[in-house]
Amino acid sequence: MAKITFITSDNESITLEGSSGSVMALAVDNGIKGIDGDCGGVCSCATCHVHVRPEDMEKTGTASEIEADMLELDDNADEFSRLCCQLEIGDHLDGVVLRVAK
Amino acid sequence: MTENQNNKICVVIGASHAGVNFAFALRREGWNGDIILYDADPILPYHRPPLSKAYLSSEDGIDKNLLKSAESYEKEGITLKLGIKVSSINREKKYIVLSDGTEQGYDKLVLATGARPIMPPIPGLMSSNNIFPLRTAADVTNIRTCLAASDLKRVVVIGGGYIGLETAASLKKLGAPVTVLEREERILARVTAPEMSAFFQNLHAENGVAIFTEKNVIAIESNSEEKVVKCDDGASYAADIIIVGVGIHVNTELAASAGLTIENGIKVDETAKTLDDDIFAIGDCTFNFNPHYNRFVRLESVQNAVDQAKVAAAAICGKETKYDSIPWFWSDQYDVKLQMVGLSNGYDQLILRKEADNEKCFSAWYFKRDRLLAVDAVNNAKAYVYGTKFIKSGDKIDKAKLVDLEVEFKPIHLLAV
Repeated sequence: MAKITFITSDNESITLEGSSGSVMALAVDNGIKGIDGDCGGVCSCATCHVHVRPEDMEKTGTASEIEADMLELDDNADEFSRLCCQLEIGDHLDGVVLRVAK
Repeated sequence: MTENQNNKICVVIGASHAGVNFAFALRREGWNGDIILYDADPILPYHRPPLSKAYLSSEDGIDKNLLKSAESYEKEGITLKLGIKVSSINREKKYIVLSDGTEQGYDKLVLATGARPIMPPIPGLMSSNNIFPLRTAADVTNIRTCLAASDLKRVVVIGGGYIGLETAASLKKLGAPVTVLEREERILARVTAPEMSAFFQNLHAENGVAIFTEKNVIAIESNSEEKVVKCDDGASYAADIIIVGVGIHVNTELAASAGLTIENGIKVDETAKTLDDDIFAIGDCTFNFNPHYNRFVRLESVQNAVDQAKVAAAAICGKETKYDSIPWFWSDQYDVKLQMVGLSNGYDQLILRKEADNEKCFSAWYFKRDRLLAVDAVNNAKAYVYGTKFIKSGDKIDKAKLVDLEVEFKPIHLLAV
């Protein structure tokens, strides 16, 4: 079980609990604004972009090669960017804070 | 401030990618009236692209593949009416008639009726069992069940388009012997360059799937043991399961009988509006103008469904909006991820950029003179992303640099000077 906090572009902070599946699916299921997940979670659309709180990068790790390439579609991407369909929920993600990209 | 739609009703026919995304987008745009979504499919709306890809070869139930959770619809006040067919539209009095004869009034109507698989009039095709198209979750369930019950599991796929090829790859992964029959002289003939067709033909061969081209199926014969797929050149192929992936019919009947313009699909303007100010159409069923390519197109894709959904939602809420997306698509087969951006029709030059050390990592760049029309990227998200940027910006590419692996692969270094 992991508690994951999303901060939307309206600065709304929403904490959700999940035990399996991807962070994108958790966000979409709960209607987190700005996380669309149009491709269903196969790293093909870049519509689930989040900025990981810097101190949580250790928990999430950095983007994989294909993910980093896809993130280049978004001019707002930075070193804390992840496509959250690529973040598998597990205990290791407990407490992470993700800011939904604009 | 947009007008208040209290007590107004927006009815959506079709609850797949376009219809569902539209409903949520409409709420986001501020519509506070009713939103009612109808679909003949009785299952909670799901992602369609994975059906022929990862979902088919997994053991997942459709609950792992939903577009939105049941609670999301409730939370947003979106009413789902599933397993219900719509039989007609009365534009004058603004209501629709359901197959059971009941009527539902609307203020705004959105057609997201999609398409259905073509089942060609081949003798034996409709009368035999174990022959399936692949478009719905029920199709996947039927295919999985049939495969599990079959000893030999011999699959013949009729049609070498994306659906046929993805299905072939997924069923092969499940251990089935798979043969693909394509009528044209190469697979993917309608949608990609010969070089790409050859790559995918080889990829399937490497994975043990035989693809035969120029095979025109003329009959399917069944006996108690097996089915035999017969072609007009005398060839025949034994099968236990047959998959039909020869294309789609657009579901335009409702729109046509309501007197809306049909031209290769339901014709809409740049705000996804039909000739009726209160009726919009979105997704696979539409024929819409694409400003990047300066022509009307009909696209079968998630991108088009989602982007038109957003445009229609904004337009209905009185906002200034215009569809101007660059089309994108993807396909997953075996360990290959194909990402496509743009529309390659009318290209006069194809440039292949092969990355060092990996023959399964390359990209095909379609040009018309100096203008980049499209990119097909194989295991190469960079090429896909840079292609997208170039098509969007319209910046000219130095073609010599594009193929020069000594030049750093970054848009800024590929610019023509």
